[in-house]
Amino acid sequence: MRKLLLSALTAASLVLLPHSAAMAAKEEVVLGLSQDRVAITATFDGSEILVFGAVKRESPIPTDHPLEVVVTVSGPAPAVMVRRKEKKLGIWVNVDSVLVDSAPAFYAVATSAPFDTVLTDTEDLRYRISIERAIRSVGAAMHIRGAQDFADAVVRIREKNDLYSLRENTVAVDEQTLFRTAIKMPADLTEGDYKTRIFLTRGGEVVSSYETTIDVRKVGLERFLYSLSREQPFLYGLMSLAIAIAAGWGASAAFSLLRNR
Amino acid sequence: MTMQIYLPIAEVSVNAFLLLGLGGMVGILSGMFGVGGGFLMTPLLFFIGIPPAVAVATEANQIVASSFSGVLAHFRRRTVDIKMGLVLQAGGLIGAALGVVVFNYLKALGQVDLLVKLCYVVFLGVVGGLMFIESLNAIRKSKKAGGAAPAPRRQRGWVHALPFKMRFRTSGLYISVIPPVLVGVCVGILAAIMGVGGGFIMVPAMIYILGMPTKVVVGTSLFQIITVTGFTTMLHATTNYTVDIVLAVLLLIGGVIGAQIGTRIGVYLKAEQLRILLALMVIAVCVKLGLDLLLQPSELFSLGDSGGH
Repeated sequence: MRKLLLSALTAASLVLLPHSAAMAAKEEVVLGLSQDRVAITATFDGSEILVFGAVKRESPIPTDHPLEVVVTVSGPAPAVMVRRKEKKLGIWVNVDSVLVDSAPAFYAVATSAPFDTVLTDTEDLRYRISIERAIRSVGAAMHIRGAQDFADAVVRIREKNDLYSLRENTVAVDEQTLFRTAIKMPADLTEGDYKTRIFLTRGGEVVSSYETTIDVRKVGLERFLYSLSREQPFLYGLMSLAIAIAAGWGASAAFSLLRNR
Repeated sequence: MTMQIYLPIAEVSVNAFLLLGLGGMVGILSGMFGVGGGFLMTPLLFFIGIPPAVAVATEANQIVASSFSGVLAHFRRRTVDIKMGLVLQAGGLIGAALGVVVFNYLKALGQVDLLVKLCYVVFLGVVGGLMFIESLNAIRKSKKAGGAAPAPRRQRGWVHALPFKMRFRTSGLYISVIPPVLVGVCVGILAAIMGVGGGFIMVPAMIYILGMPTKVVVGTSLFQIITVTGFTTMLHATTNYTVDIVLAVLLLIGGVIGAQIGTRIGVYLKAEQLRILLALMVIAVCVKLGLDLLLQPSELFSLGDSGGH
């Protein structure tokens, strides 16, 4: 953890944005994470990551606007095929589809106050912070009626499965200097690099930001089986069959022993 | 205690006891009724949120285990027509390959769920309905005539007019290989698309179309099912990467134990009562799946991967 904090300090000085450099009071994030990797084991049951940190500054605390903090955690963002059902010949079938170019498998936004007060719409557009903006469908054919409905569907379905969430007022800020929040991750996680961003805002403007990644990986048996199934599918198939046949034979032998006793 | 297990291929977290329980329950039923149980297990896996492609592929693997366990007993009793089984298997392998091609094509189109569910509704509806009517008639007859079961009738029609005749000693048949190969092809297609062994289609086909003696039908069908579902498992594992071995193991532990319990329960029930129960269950699953297709779903949109693996 000390190593992580240290690297966060040095990195923080590099992520100065031109926008915030213009501000008189220079404020930077010093971040800590309760864990920077999530291991998906066979009994993985979700995870809660504590994101905490401090604001480092050389000048007195600005008094114009209070300091607000936004934390986002975003999973890998592959393209997603969204299909829509319609009633055809009496049954509900998929009729059209839209490819959403990039939709994170997991996305959580935690803020220290209501979203509208911590961030202006312009800043949201610039940094793609809100859930709607985190999804991109630039290539989506706008000629398909209601292409926006498809992007909305991604958000709706994933919110229902606890994969997307906006948690307002869940970042605690003390003395405009210390902040902390807990990000809950569900059991149905896909593996990959989870980009974690922290934004400091004043009056809706981003004054500083910081970025790090949380590494979510299958480990142990899960890792082994998954890799085997992708890299050696033939061997994996044979192994599945061998286990099935052994189990079938074992059951038959065990129960005929029981019967013959 | 919650015992969640993260399935490495399905990428969902499910309760291990739920899977063991499902395996056990379907195992009991398959032991009671002498069916593979794939046609019940696969839809149940859909219901608990396993992606359909994974459910179908994994169930094929589980059927290998339960069929292997079953066929050993039939080999000991010499109630397997190996030659007939090999002919059926030849057809079955062709069918399974065709089935996987169709499955993958429709998966790319986004229609695979529809295909799988439609197959289930049609086949479960037909088989369940026929079984229900037949067992009702049987009960009515046995009440009137004091329980004289009619012997299965040997077919003497078009099957005997076909060329490429072959002698099947164990079954005592001299028939063309075309009908058994065709039966094998059909069952192979079903196995690949529906994730079932296909016993519920093959057993009636063997009795009524091929005219095989009842005593060798179940063993021969199991013998064929092992090869076809084994081949299907390999095809799904190498083309779709959808066989989840952790899921398969949990299901088959419950399944093999349940099957042995079921066999014992089955002894205490009358054949007609058993058949009516099975028919009702088949119809119930069919109705549930049918309603899913007919009623407006609460969510009209669904998410899938972009097609490329």
